[in-house]
Amino acid sequence: MQKLKKYAASRSGRDTLLSFGIVIVAFVVVQALVLTGSISSSMKGLLVPICAYIIMAVSLNLTVGILGELSLGHAGFMSVGAFSGIVVTTSLADTVPSGVVRLILAIIVGAICAAIAGVIVGVPVLRLKGDYLAIVTLAFGEIIKNIINVLYIGKDASGLHFSILEQKFQLADGGKMIINGPMGVSGVSKLSSFTWGFVLILITLFIILNLINSRSGRAIMAVRDNKIAADSIGISTTHYKLMAFVISAAFAGMAGALYAMNYSTITAAKFDFNTSILILVFVVLGGLGNIWGSIIAATLLTLLPELLRAVNSYRMLIYAILLIAMMLFNNSSLKARLLEKRGMKQMEKLEKNEKEGA
Amino acid sequence: MSFLNHLINGISLGSIYAIIALGYTMVYGIAKMLNFAHGDVIMVGGYMCFCATTYLGWPPIAGVLLAVVVCTVLGVVIERLAYKPLRMAPSLAVLITAIGVSYFLQNAALLIWGSSTKSFTSVVGGDPIQLFGGQLTITRVTIVTVLACVVIMVALTLFTGKSKMGTAMRAVSEDKGAAQLMGINVNTTISLTFAIGSGLAAIAGVLLCSAYPTLLPTTGSMPGIKAFTAAVFGGIGSIPGALLGGILLGVIEIFAKAYISTQLSDAIVFAVLIIVLLVKPDGLLGKHVSEKV
Repeated sequence: MQKLKKYAASRSGRDTLLSFGIVIVAFVVVQALVLTGSISSSMKGLLVPICAYIIMAVSLNLTVGILGELSLGHAGFMSVGAFSGIVVTTSLADTVPSGVVRLILAIIVGAICAAIAGVIVGVPVLRLKGDYLAIVTLAFGEIIKNIINVLYIGKDASGLHFSILEQKFQLADGGKMIINGPMGVSGVSKLSSFTWGFVLILITLFIILNLINSRSGRAIMAVRDNKIAADSIGISTTHYKLMAFVISAAFAGMAGALYAMNYSTITAAKFDFNTSILILVFVVLGGLGNIWGSIIAATLLTLLPELLRAVNSYRMLIYAILLIAMMLFNNSSLKARLLEKRGMKQMEKLEKNEKEGA
Repeated sequence: MSFLNHLINGISLGSIYAIIALGYTMVYGIAKMLNFAHGDVIMVGGYMCFCATTYLGWPPIAGVLLAVVVCTVLGVVIERLAYKPLRMAPSLAVLITAIGVSYFLQNAALLIWGSSTKSFTSVVGGDPIQLFGGQLTITRVTIVTVLACVVIMVALTLFTGKSKMGTAMRAVSEDKGAAQLMGINVNTTISLTFAIGSGLAAIAGVLLCSAYPTLLPTTGSMPGIKAFTAAVFGGIGSIPGALLGGILLGVIEIFAKAYISTQLSDAIVFAVLIIVLLVKPDGLLGKHVSEKV
């Protein structure tokens, strides 16, 4: 108990407990609302995507906030996870009857495939700096989208077949098409649920928060703050950069698998540059390096278009205006003045308490 | 002959990319920001010209002028309202704001003009020119596009190299504080850069829609990203680099479409970009800035 109290008093400990607390309370509240039937069906449809977006935002925060490198292709890893996960669940549909086991396998395979993609992308990309790094991640995201767009995968009695040319692609009788090029995937069994999304969020938070507060996490932040200084005290910058990047990619793959299993049809075009940007907006609005900020921003901004449904045709316009306004406010002198005022009030309070104490 | 045809098409598309990339590169050079809304200014330019020629029945040249004027004003207004308050803010904040502006322009266009595709009438009329007994066809839009690109390029080089405002622009891009101490009005200079960049975007928009005559609220986003790639390809911040990057990108894209695969052409373009950046991390003509400890 003493140890827990001490942990809670430290800054990182407080953030960690706060993140878990918020997620668990939110889960209980939402479950209660679903059970009592007070959530509209369109809102209910958003629950799994919100979970996937939270994992995406938290994982991107590791790259952008903690490692300090701007990535504009995070949706590419989500796409890799989504489609590899679908291949696993569809091809195992006959041999593994249990949906839960298949979902877990899909998520694990999705994470592994995305991590491999992360290594392939990360090794060349992390040699670059700043905006050049950003544009190359964007390029990789587009390449992944394009390749999945021309990928044909099917399964028949002799096993799995891959091709990137439609005319050369042939399956034996009774074979099943899994990924049909630009048409994407259809007829996916819906295995994801809000509860699974919640469990994955907890796992993500547990691993990423522990990573941040570990020796490796501090090394990663040292690389962000000053690469040359980190180099000079013997931190292998390449190693830690790649580590953060690959872990971030793996979680994106996990989120992708979760997301894909929530829809019956899905195409590669769903995971384009705009999705990467959407996730980046969550991270920046939530605060760079601030994990629970990402969670809140991902939730609110996914719900916002839904809440604005009343003003249907204007909702994306309002979304854009709100986004600009929030960014302007965040960096305005008004906010600085408000913060200053709050600080002054706290000071006064402290002084008063001291006087009363004396 | 088909090779020559593809080459000409590539140079034509590349010239459009180059004009957009010039706007990107100038804004980046001076404000050190990736202006993601640039692609959507292209789209606004296209719609303005479309409205003037189709709805109002104006002659094409008046349509182009209207597009340039509207986009120039739009560029300056965007800079004043959205980017200027963030001049001291971290670059990511400015990037997200630019994305917000991009969403805003796309959705405003969606509300005004609807989601249906508008078919754009080319601003350059006349039959294509046939050479070698019809084996080689060159449309008039292609000629105008390449000429426009060359003229803009020469004018911009002269402007930044010789004129007083151009010198001020280079000074601001090198060191804002020092430029201010020398009596340069930094705000005016940045506004001017946005004005020029957005005006160029309008011209690019009209040329793009003349060559590929479909107009949608999202028309500008992909060419915007490609032109941004072109700017990085040539070395962002460098004007000749933007031209070289734009033309190369256009030629590679058309050749990839013609000889390899239509669907994979974008992937090939981006793969070439990655390879170039790995060999020359500052782009083809970019200046290498060494890090000081």
